[in-house]
Amino acid sequence: MDLQRLTRRDENEWIIEPRGTMRVPGVIYATESLIREMDDKVYEQVVNVATLPGIVRASYAMPDAHWGYGFPIGGVAAFNPDEGGVVSAGGVGFDISCGVRLLRTGLTAEELLPIKEQLADALFRHVPAGVGSTGRLRLNRDEMDAMLSGGAKWAVSRGYGLREDLALIEEGGCMAGADPDCVSDQAKKRQQDEMGTLGSGNHYLEVQRVAKVFDEQIGAAFGLREEDLVVSIHCGSRGLGHQIGTEFLKRMAVSASRHQIVLPDRELACAPINSEEGQEYLGAMRAAINCALANRQIITHLVREVFEKLLPSASLTLLYDVSHNTCKVETHEIDGKPTRLFVHRKGATRAFGPGHPDLPPSLRAVGQPVLIGGTMGTASYVLVGTTKGMALAYGSACHGAGRSMSRHQATRRWQGRDVVKELAGRGILIRSPSMRGVAEEAPGAYKDVSEVVEAADEAGLAKKVARLEPLVCIKG
Amino acid sequence: MPSSHVETPPGRWEHFPHQADMGVRGIGPTKEAAFEQAAVALTAVITNPESVRPVEAVSITCDAPDDELLLVDWLNALVYEMATRNMLFGRFTVQIDDHHLQATAWGEPVDVARHQPAVEAKGATYTALSVKQEPEGYWIAQCVVDV
Repeated sequence: MDLQRLTRRDENEWIIEPRGTMRVPGVIYATESLIREMDDKVYEQVVNVATLPGIVRASYAMPDAHWGYGFPIGGVAAFNPDEGGVVSAGGVGFDISCGVRLLRTGLTAEELLPIKEQLADALFRHVPAGVGSTGRLRLNRDEMDAMLSGGAKWAVSRGYGLREDLALIEEGGCMAGADPDCVSDQAKKRQQDEMGTLGSGNHYLEVQRVAKVFDEQIGAAFGLREEDLVVSIHCGSRGLGHQIGTEFLKRMAVSASRHQIVLPDRELACAPINSEEGQEYLGAMRAAINCALANRQIITHLVREVFEKLLPSASLTLLYDVSHNTCKVETHEIDGKPTRLFVHRKGATRAFGPGHPDLPPSLRAVGQPVLIGGTMGTASYVLVGTTKGMALAYGSACHGAGRSMSRHQATRRWQGRDVVKELAGRGILIRSPSMRGVAEEAPGAYKDVSEVVEAADEAGLAKKVARLEPLVCIKG
Repeated sequence: MPSSHVETPPGRWEHFPHQADMGVRGIGPTKEAAFEQAAVALTAVITNPESVRPVEAVSITCDAPDDELLLVDWLNALVYEMATRNMLFGRFTVQIDDHHLQATAWGEPVDVARHQPAVEAKGATYTALSVKQEPEGYWIAQCVVDV
């Protein structure tokens, strides 16, 4: 991205001054080197989002921003329903509520060593992953609707996981306002036997070690010490979310002109919050959030079953569960007044600071854990939300590394088997049904997650707490 | 630059780069052929289309207000059929009549060992979406697929 087009407000804060049809400025949080590497499309997409009706304060991009659909991936924007604000299917994306959950095990990495291979094999056998994989559960219509209304709470009531897990999930594990009647039969059909499956692409299940704790005090509050063994689950709302995204994208693209909305890009498809399309999308999108929360809850249960067998002394407890493709109603201070806003985070993680009323009591004093996923061979990070971050971009931070290379380039450069061998040599066991999939997800095809995390930390969006390194990775 | 192609008449397909995902492009002497080839390109995102045996036929129809939305609908219909039938498709015939599409897709159930499916297609997008006839006469149908 050309630096000449930006005004530098701070070391890591870059402004796109409003021009043309932009209603608000664009704000990108990144280091100078990340900005230079950023695609020009990100600039264009930040500008396009800034033209949408009812947008408040600014159109934001996180340090890992890259070319997305309509919104940049790593985009954050809030809309005021009382000022004609919109909700955008393109602003949430296809994989609704894709997110990361982190489990502590109560064990150290050393305790894994004698059975590392066995654990990798058992997790790969027990947790369905990859194209066409199905779960053990098959939901009939009533159960599907109960799941879509209840989220992780539904899963716990059906025996998947523990009641105390729920407080440590955004929305207490159950997104209010979900309306299963707004979800099409096709979307439900796509999901009926996909519950408890990881999916494919960049989704994974990882056993990791806490390689470094940057902040001892917050690390202690999060129950993380160096050399602890933890488990990360990264997946989303599977076929149901994809189908809802597909259907509402079209519906909103077609209805936009009826609502006098000029779309600079069809992919920005949106509808007024206070319209039939807007309300039905919210009902369906919230149901998809519940689907993702239930999915991660079921996978958590499957992981616990494997640990119970192979490492019975382990006790798997949630640190937290974050979603990074959502639109949520939140109250933020605008011009000194608490204002109800519809905050879109597309490939961005919520990062509420200390004292936020939506945080569970056990975390309220320190702030929300922000879980940033890496790639198979690189680190993942735990950060914490900050008071400053609440004022910057509605309490939001980055979500991951982002690709630096297309899938096709990756398969030309690497062979899946070689990637698996190379990582095994570094003590990282990969299990995947598809070697081509492994090649496409090779660590070298991604940007350096550490640089993105440093930028988020330096900008004050969230503060670094711990770095996690993979030991076992189940790839879809 | 074209990244891969198969010279099976009538037309060919290729992928074009997108940072996070993949672009699919069908090229053919008619709009229908371009749509058929775009479908082959979609399958190639997941697996080698030549590894898919034409064992079972599935009928698909879609309607849309214009050619571009019709292409997205067509590819999304295939994504849906693949997901709900747990199948892959390798051969296609398409007929288009005034934005009404009628098609048959031939394929078989996913065989993970043989197909080595790399990634699921979540949906076809409006990014880099275009259906057009070139001055030379051939048709191009393309868009980016979210994976």
